[in-house]
Amino acid sequence: MATLDDLKKRIASVKSTQKITKAMKMVAAAKLRKAQENAEKGRPYSEKMNNIILNLSSGISDKENAPKLLSGTGEEKIHLCIVLTSDRGLCGGFNSNIIKKAKAYFKKISEEGKILKIITVGSKGYDQLKRVYKDSIIEKISFKDSKTINYLDAEKVGKLIIENFEKKEFDVCTIFYNKFKNVITQIPQEQQIIPLKTSEVEENSSEDNYEFEPDEDEILSNLLPKNISTQIFKAMLENSASEQGSRMSAMDSATRNAGEMVDKLTIEYNRSRQAAITKELIEIISGAESL
Amino acid sequence: MSEEFKIEIVNPEKSFLSKEDVTEVVVPAFEGEMGILKDHISIISFLKPGIIKIFSKSGEEHYYVEDGIVEFKNNNLSVLTSSIFDIKDFDKDKISELLTQAEEYSKNSEITDQNKYLVDQKIDVLKTLN
Repeated sequence: MATLDDLKKRIASVKSTQKITKAMKMVAAAKLRKAQENAEKGRPYSEKMNNIILNLSSGISDKENAPKLLSGTGEEKIHLCIVLTSDRGLCGGFNSNIIKKAKAYFKKISEEGKILKIITVGSKGYDQLKRVYKDSIIEKISFKDSKTINYLDAEKVGKLIIENFEKKEFDVCTIFYNKFKNVITQIPQEQQIIPLKTSEVEENSSEDNYEFEPDEDEILSNLLPKNISTQIFKAMLENSASEQGSRMSAMDSATRNAGEMVDKLTIEYNRSRQAAITKELIEIISGAESL
Repeated sequence: MSEEFKIEIVNPEKSFLSKEDVTEVVVPAFEGEMGILKDHISIISFLKPGIIKIFSKSGEEHYYVEDGIVEFKNNNLSVLTSSIFDIKDFDKDKISELLTQAEEYSKNSEITDQNKYLVDQKIDVLKTLN
């Protein structure tokens, strides 16, 4: 049995751990609100961008000469996967969920005999993937230094993707991130960005005939690279909101667990204290009786 | 009949501006300045560096943009841009900073003709502002 002193020490250490998790929860809650706001503010841009592209691509008459970013290279041999994760840990299943999703996709690709290339954004993703997929990772990016998510960072990733695409380094590009649904639910997503999936075109395409200045092709070839950055940016915003949400709920349950543990330890402590007192009393009484 | 239409300017971070009582907007479209009034035909165009002028009941507003895309449809004008500044917030330092950046970029011999054209436009606009 642990001595009273040991128990006391353990209670103290669990209590201080609880204090830390509680503080982390508070911080995450404050950051979550901001991240959520940012994610919501960023939505109109990406939605509008998407709409314009949908309108444009449905208006293109000559599908064969459409920009390669839209129609693809015609092959599906090399897959590039962008895995967006966080730079910090202690956020529950946030990173593992993305990695799990990505790994399932990687497996499917290698089973089909296609070539896999990976770019990781965020250091946690790299840490988890480097063990198995070290040879496939062509680039790792981390925005540890930038305090807030900004468009310039997303643009850097976007430019990198496009550069690689122009060098014909890959045929299909997919991004992995967590979509923020609410504080307790984040859904890992895979989204193909090159070639652009235009399955929604049929439903959304309007009857409007647009006037284009300059012509469609030129606008599209200018817009598509921008759209890539926008999609990355959207994914980064969703990711940061998800990260904070996930951390908040993880820290919340950690705080609760610590509380339960403190209760249990306190009961044990009191019991053994009482047992010690009883023992001493018995000793005194039996000593007095024997006189 | 009212002559007003809606304008919304969004950048990746947030919705920058939204107004419902706009009577005329002049945007620096790629092939020249373009004025848009109510019931303009649906149009999509992209922007070169320049000034967006917005005329409304409450007055006239000027914004400096570097790139972007405009869409006009059903009397809704959407401007998507990643770099927009209110002219009022512009001071000399900021302008000259952007100007030196642009000039350095235009000296780069590897840029494409289109980029060169855009940078030259940018320099022109910044010089007139300065």
